[in-house]
Amino acid sequence: MTSLVYFSSVSENTSRFVAKLQTTAYRIPLRPRDEPLQVTEPYVLITPTYGGGNEGGAVPRQVIRFLNDSKNRSLIRGVIAAGNTNFGSAYCIAGDIISAKCKVPYLYAFELMGTVQDVERVQEGLVRFWQRQQRPM
Amino acid sequence: MTPTGKIKLIDRVSAINWNRLEDDKDLEVWDRLTGNFWLPEKVPLSNDIQSWGTLTEAEKTMTTRVFTGLTLLDTIQGTVGAVSLIPDALTPHEEAVYTNIAFMESVHARSYSSIFSTLISTREIDDAFRWSEENENLQRKAEIVLEYYRGDDPLKRKVASTMLESFLFYSGFYAPMYWSSHAKLTNTADLIRLIIRDEAVHGYYIGYKYQKGLEKLTQAERDDLKAYTFELLFELYENEVEYTQDLYDELGLTEDVKKFLRYNANKALMNLGYEALFPKTETDVNPAILSALSPNADENHDFFSGSGSSYVIGKAVNTEDDDWDF
Repeated sequence: MTSLVYFSSVSENTSRFVAKLQTTAYRIPLRPRDEPLQVTEPYVLITPTYGGGNEGGAVPRQVIRFLNDSKNRSLIRGVIAAGNTNFGSAYCIAGDIISAKCKVPYLYAFELMGTVQDVERVQEGLVRFWQRQQRPM
Repeated sequence: MTPTGKIKLIDRVSAINWNRLEDDKDLEVWDRLTGNFWLPEKVPLSNDIQSWGTLTEAEKTMTTRVFTGLTLLDTIQGTVGAVSLIPDALTPHEEAVYTNIAFMESVHARSYSSIFSTLISTREIDDAFRWSEENENLQRKAEIVLEYYRGDDPLKRKVASTMLESFLFYSGFYAPMYWSSHAKLTNTADLIRLIIRDEAVHGYYIGYKYQKGLEKLTQAERDDLKAYTFELLFELYENEVEYTQDLYDELGLTEDVKKFLRYNANKALMNLGYEALFPKTETDVNPAILSALSPNADENHDFFSGSGSSYVIGKAVNTEDDDWDF
């Protein structure tokens, strides 16, 4: 089995996007005292980019904590990032950071909670992506 | 102000304790906004004087008018809009965030005057301000928004405010992005990008607080507000199209600007928690404009659409935080 892992703050933008994908998805918990998420199967990570330029803090702290777990990190296969073009060169930069640190492909970027087209593209793309993953490299 | 008004105001205020948050989003956005703080003096606008000289008269007129229009909107948001949201705040921290937003809007309004005084003669500045006073569509835009700010519905005020932050500025923001894509007025564009960044956080936050407010309503009330939001969007959009024609027809840019308007109208709706309205075919912003806005946006972050033969691995970026363990 393969799946999605995502983080969404209380603004729920990313979680709305994930809901529209209609596939199995595990949510990274919001608060430090919540039980941490531990995954057991390969997944694609979907994360918002916290906006505002180049002052750090682009990757939500909760996502960093999740990836600091080496088991979780070993199962990531790709990353999809959300953001806002208003943030200029920092647009969806969380995807760049995670892709570079975890050495996995940066699959897709979308704005805010995504459009209908974004949902279709990601749905179709993920199916093909996992098919390719299963083939021997 | 009446004495009762004063007493009421003092009664309501209690000392703000940032160590006891009711909504974590307040502190997160406060930190983001204060971290993004800037002043126009930071941007070397005078490096654009030579570039300004290469513009035709029509181009100069358009650009000056655009900036007076933006000045009006930022003045409204700074002195009325963000301030009008304070009495409706659900938490003391939300009130504090609005004071920050109000102040930054005043910084934005002040920035346009820095651009003017750097590039343009006093007479030209006065002419442009006169034009903005007399332009019906600009005045109408201001009136529509002000009407809701003065009204008695806190959530409608937030809708109007999000529309202003996330939609109504963009007929103006197009111009500096256009110049930037032609390698002109690049320092001015850098300053405008700082404003655009701020407006994104403002629209996101006010839209989020709108959605928090909706949670307390019945389904019927929510449906009403949704219908109201889309009506307001259409009213503002029609007006924006006319305003865009006034500004850009002479340079033949109107259709290009309209795509940018619809693209941003969709984002305003998303900030309010609603689905995008305009389809992709009507929001395909000129790639040069999109790239001027965000150099990352036109990079290939769509692995799914390509042949898929090669992976795109993100570039290492120097924006890492301390809390990574690897």
